[in-house]
Amino acid sequence: MELIGIFEYLYEQLVATGIPQVWVDLISLVVSAVIIFGILALIALFLVWWERKLSADFQQRMGPMLTGWHGLLQTIADAIKLIQKEDITPTKVDRPVFYWAPIICFVAAFAVYVTVPFGKGLIVSDLNIGILYIVAITTFTIISLLMAGWGSNNKYALLGGMRSAAQVVSYEVPMIVAILSVVLFAGSLSMVDIVESQALIYQWYIFRMPFGPIAFVIYIIAATAETNRTPFDLPEAEQELVAGFNIEYSGMKFAMFFLAEFINMFTVSAIGATLFLGGWQGPFLPSWAWFLIKTFGLVFVFMWFRWTYPRLRVDQLMEFSWKFLLPLAFANLILAGWMKYSGWFNW
Amino acid sequence: MTEGLRTEEFQVNMGPHHPSTHGVCRFILTMDGEVIVRAEPVIGYLHRSLEKICENRTYAQCIPVMDRFEYCTSMSCNEVFSLAVEKMAGIEVPEYAEYLRVIMLELNRIASHMIWYGTTALDLGAITPFLYSFREREDILDMFEMTCGQRLTYNYIRIGGVSRDIPPEFIPKCKEFLATVDHKIDDYERMLTENPIFMVRNKDVGNLSPELAIAYGVSGPSLRASGVKYDLRRDDPYSIYDRFKFDIPICHNGDCYDRYVIRIKEMRESAKIVRQAIEQIVDVEPNTGKMVKANFKPAKGEVYSRIENSRGEMGVYVQSTGDTKKPLRVKMRGGSFNQLQVMPELVKGVKIADVVAIMASLDIILPEVDR
Repeated sequence: MELIGIFEYLYEQLVATGIPQVWVDLISLVVSAVIIFGILALIALFLVWWERKLSADFQQRMGPMLTGWHGLLQTIADAIKLIQKEDITPTKVDRPVFYWAPIICFVAAFAVYVTVPFGKGLIVSDLNIGILYIVAITTFTIISLLMAGWGSNNKYALLGGMRSAAQVVSYEVPMIVAILSVVLFAGSLSMVDIVESQALIYQWYIFRMPFGPIAFVIYIIAATAETNRTPFDLPEAEQELVAGFNIEYSGMKFAMFFLAEFINMFTVSAIGATLFLGGWQGPFLPSWAWFLIKTFGLVFVFMWFRWTYPRLRVDQLMEFSWKFLLPLAFANLILAGWMKYSGWFNW
Repeated sequence: MTEGLRTEEFQVNMGPHHPSTHGVCRFILTMDGEVIVRAEPVIGYLHRSLEKICENRTYAQCIPVMDRFEYCTSMSCNEVFSLAVEKMAGIEVPEYAEYLRVIMLELNRIASHMIWYGTTALDLGAITPFLYSFREREDILDMFEMTCGQRLTYNYIRIGGVSRDIPPEFIPKCKEFLATVDHKIDDYERMLTENPIFMVRNKDVGNLSPELAIAYGVSGPSLRASGVKYDLRRDDPYSIYDRFKFDIPICHNGDCYDRYVIRIKEMRESAKIVRQAIEQIVDVEPNTGKMVKANFKPAKGEVYSRIENSRGEMGVYVQSTGDTKKPLRVKMRGGSFNQLQVMPELVKGVKIADVVAIMASLDIILPEVDR
């Protein structure tokens, strides 16, 4: 089957009906946005439930049990509760900044999925700069965290916002360098091309010795920092900053930050699965199932970190990134370049 | 680069209700970015005037008030007040009651250290250890509950003995607990002791020199972590502690990591003491002692008694005029008070995250500070 995105497929069908071009554009845009939003909202709700259940398993508890089968509807109940909550805007906040911060965070989290291939042909748009687009959009999250920290007129929030900006900027660099080594081998920035270049299991980039596993570990560490999760959850360090950047948010605005956080975790896992674990490639099962299995496997790893490790201190975090991770990432990139050039393991 | 940029210090009000101030302590932190320039503790948010309340109660009625003095180790509070009055009035406590006291005190110390272990991990961002240590603490509380009906404020150790004998199912339950507790503590250690993140957060953080510790009157595990081998159970033995063999663990750096190691070792030592006491108690004739009545009047005098609590030296000073049923003056001394006083010295120049780590490692509890 030839690869066609959802967007292109819808587009062709609509053109065939003969309605005006403007309407074709609009309908196909809205439909694909709604599909993606629906799937992701479901995934986010599931992830919240899963995290609670997993943490309960790690801690020898039951977790949510009463709402639905094994508490499966607990997140929906929580979401309904959050919608009903009063949306408090404290006095003296910077209103436009305070108001837009959660929206930007939320939108940025969803906008990434334009170029994430959920399966063979299940992609909204196969941009030829796919991975570059994703890196650019995920960076938007920092802006929203900074805005939330600054706009809240709260010292803890400000510290949290500043920390997250410093953290995400410094971990973005090794992450991109790690991604770059994969791009170097695939010879393309397009997500679909990257997946297709690892059709067989020994072609997965994680198995391309020796640069692959190193790049994968760098990516996982940097992605943990990028999504502000333990051991790098300094922006919202409860014991130091109470709640960090989202301390003044309540109701639906808080829910937006909260959901965006889980979507971001799914995003970095999906990108990790696509770049290193062969994306939707796999035998027997349908392609989307392989994609979900791999992605949820990585999500599990992130949750495992969270419920096992203590938190680093802010200066140790910076040192680790600039003095260890970044040199390692660059050395690894040079190694990958040499491997590509010499044709070693270049299957 | 920074030329022309103006930076200024700002104040952060940490507490009185903050997730990691272990009660209601308030710190006024003057900060330069993330670095602490000055820290000023503000106490008194949990003041209940316990000393004054005691002065308006009969001696027997003071024991439940003492329970509230340091509610993580209520047994120690009972014990220290009973010791003071017994010393003043010359009351003999039967051997069996002394054994029960030691068993309860040491179990309570383990329970208290388990709270410390859980909250320390929590303060450093690791959530799971908290649940693990509270699981074992639950077993200890069950034992207390079957003995005296209470889980937090026991009112068990009374002037002249203990309130009642242990039930027959206590000893098997206690033996079962002691058989597994070492493995459980191994579990705790596997989670944190060798964890590189935990080590980098705690090593060389909040170094407390022995001189500074003695100058501020720091006692207990925090003092022993600085290399001063001082334990009232050995140096000023009370009750029947001289009958048991146990080590006093000691470290030399005085940083947060050493204070962690000390307390983990102390849990094992306390378990050792309870094991010996359980073995020896079967040969002693059961007699829980004769408790004093409401009209009890000790002779004129004053006395200071002190014991080794899980948070340092716990002492109580009692003065009696000899002609009333109530003490003239009761003064309590808790280890946490001195540990909190040394905090501003330790947190100068560290990051805000270290304030939390140092406070957790000193094991400060606010009811003991404010009284």
